[in-house]
Amino acid sequence: MRRVGPFLLEPRLAAPRYVVFGVSIFAVVIALLAAVPVFVGYGLNPWQAYAAIGRGVFGSWPSFSEVIRRAIPLILCGVGLTLAFRAQFWNIGAEGQILAGAVAASGVALFLPVPDGLRLPLMFLTGFGAGAIWGLIPVLLRVKFGVNDVISTLMLNYVMSYIVEWLVHGPWKGPTMRGFAYTDAFPLSARLSYLPNTRVHWLTLALGVALAVFVAFLLARTRTGYEIRVVGQNPDAARYAGINFAAVLSLVMLISGGLAGLAGVGEVAGIHWRLRSPSHISMNYGYTAIIVAWLARGSPIAAIFTALLFGLIFAAGDYMKTTLSLPFQITGVFNGLVLFFLISFDILMLWRVRLARKEKIWAGQTGS
Amino acid sequence: MGWANWLISTVSRALAFGVPLLWGTLGEIYAERSGVVNLGVEGMMILGAFMAFAITQQTGHPGLGLVCAALIGGLAALLHAFVTITLRANQYVSGLALSMFGLGLAGLLGRGWEGKPLGKPLPTLAIPGLSQIPVLGPMLFQDQTILTYLGIVFAVILWALLFHTRWGIAIRSVGENPATADSLGINVTRVRYLCVVFGGLLAGVGGGYLSVAYRPSWTEGMSAGMGWIVIALTIFASWDPVQAIWGAFFFGVLYHLSYRLQAFLAPELLKLMPYLFAIVVLAVSGFGRARWRQRAPGALGLPYVRGER
Repeated sequence: MRRVGPFLLEPRLAAPRYVVFGVSIFAVVIALLAAVPVFVGYGLNPWQAYAAIGRGVFGSWPSFSEVIRRAIPLILCGVGLTLAFRAQFWNIGAEGQILAGAVAASGVALFLPVPDGLRLPLMFLTGFGAGAIWGLIPVLLRVKFGVNDVISTLMLNYVMSYIVEWLVHGPWKGPTMRGFAYTDAFPLSARLSYLPNTRVHWLTLALGVALAVFVAFLLARTRTGYEIRVVGQNPDAARYAGINFAAVLSLVMLISGGLAGLAGVGEVAGIHWRLRSPSHISMNYGYTAIIVAWLARGSPIAAIFTALLFGLIFAAGDYMKTTLSLPFQITGVFNGLVLFFLISFDILMLWRVRLARKEKIWAGQTGS
Repeated sequence: MGWANWLISTVSRALAFGVPLLWGTLGEIYAERSGVVNLGVEGMMILGAFMAFAITQQTGHPGLGLVCAALIGGLAALLHAFVTITLRANQYVSGLALSMFGLGLAGLLGRGWEGKPLGKPLPTLAIPGLSQIPVLGPMLFQDQTILTYLGIVFAVILWALLFHTRWGIAIRSVGENPATADSLGINVTRVRYLCVVFGGLLAGVGGGYLSVAYRPSWTEGMSAGMGWIVIALTIFASWDPVQAIWGAFFFGVLYHLSYRLQAFLAPELLKLMPYLFAIVVLAVSGFGRARWRQRAPGALGLPYVRGER
């Protein structure tokens, strides 16, 4: 126990839910405050700017729907990352896995002669597969060669990003696209439909929510989920219990990479209708999903809501760019700040703060 | 003579390209030797690159620009140190946050300067005497800035400091077994802070080199993943500053070849080579995994709490 001023700090092992929730909200609010100098630097009144953004984003259904549209890839990637982080596999590679899914889907959309009705299902299937394969390579590298997963997943992002660059500048460059580094536009049978008056490709959204429920069930209610949690929380115990690490990590990354791949399918089939330069497709969704998963504290269901929060930040970024002519990079600054404050405040949850009574103060000082 | 010229310019440019990697890796080696992984190298480098460019553009002194680059790198690292050492937060996540933050901030601040060339870059210097040697002279001792030579000299000094002085023993023991170091009266927190901030200073210089010497200009994201290569190089070099020299220049060659070989292969496919190679190199050397585990600092990535464990 420690005394700070009139307060007593008691260590605790696990924080109750409302504390976790409160501390997380607190972190986001502090990050909003920390971003204030940026607005001031651009000569804007920050409070007016925040109010304008709030009005702009929540003002009408079409503009609010952009929050949901932006959240779709974040839900898919974020859910996958909660699973990976539960197993303590550092999948920083969702960015590349999104692109892998986008490439596979574009290949099917543009070049595979299949009946129209089969095209979209096949795009989702191959997209899942491509993302999964791109996610399984780091597992192989870690299990067989001891390569650190942070490094391999990160490097594979760059590799995939250049592969996409090569495809859109080279072999897949659309003959009708002249100067642009685009593939040809997808046929109508390869495009996802929207909710009315929005760009919300609802099929991908439904997939994301359904898979979040599935992953939550897998983690909480199945033997496999139990093994995943043991591998993450206590690798030594897992080894002692004879859990097959390679199998568990492979399953985890099959799902995690696959979900990111689906996000890529959604982006090309729902938004762009073509493959184009990687920064337009993955848009840092893969990196932002790390924060989504971290803020959700490993809960796939919570990841749906944290994804919506970051969807809001992306939508706000769009709004700031078009209306206040602030650069979109402001979202990167803000995301970094949120993540910083989030992990910094974790320590708050490990202490219980109480007001100390007079006599307790002395007791507090003598104890360690 | 065609191939000789080709070889000379390749080695010379590869050497120049290896410099930011070398500086970054030396810094990360010190941070990790003290037990703290800093995945924020990419962010620190891009902040350094921006700072060096902005200051040099305003004042006309590339030296001052580099000093400011070092300072901003050190400041960013101080943030990481506070979050991971004092608040004991997860080192991986804090580093990633630092990279996101740095890339975003540099992009935000540098928007008005996007694509601008630098008026007065860091001068290259020819070493008197040595630069007159045929082949080797132009290959190694011309067209390099002072940071190339300083980096190599620094690597040797840092190696000696780490393995042959009391300070080095203190740093390594803090990274290996902080509890024991603590019981011997070494201030674990202070050593870790110093090493992480020192790492940031060097990463800042590495980034600054990009914008005032290698490609004297500013473009958003000009560090192009070099910070991540640095993380890989640190492992590849077995946390040894002298081995970092070979590693950095090996990757310098790879980066440079990705420009030189464009006649034979699509440029995009060449550009992915360094990243692919980083994985391959780690995988291949991972065969001797047991030996490697021994070399990695024992307490790498673990926060230290007195009285625990």
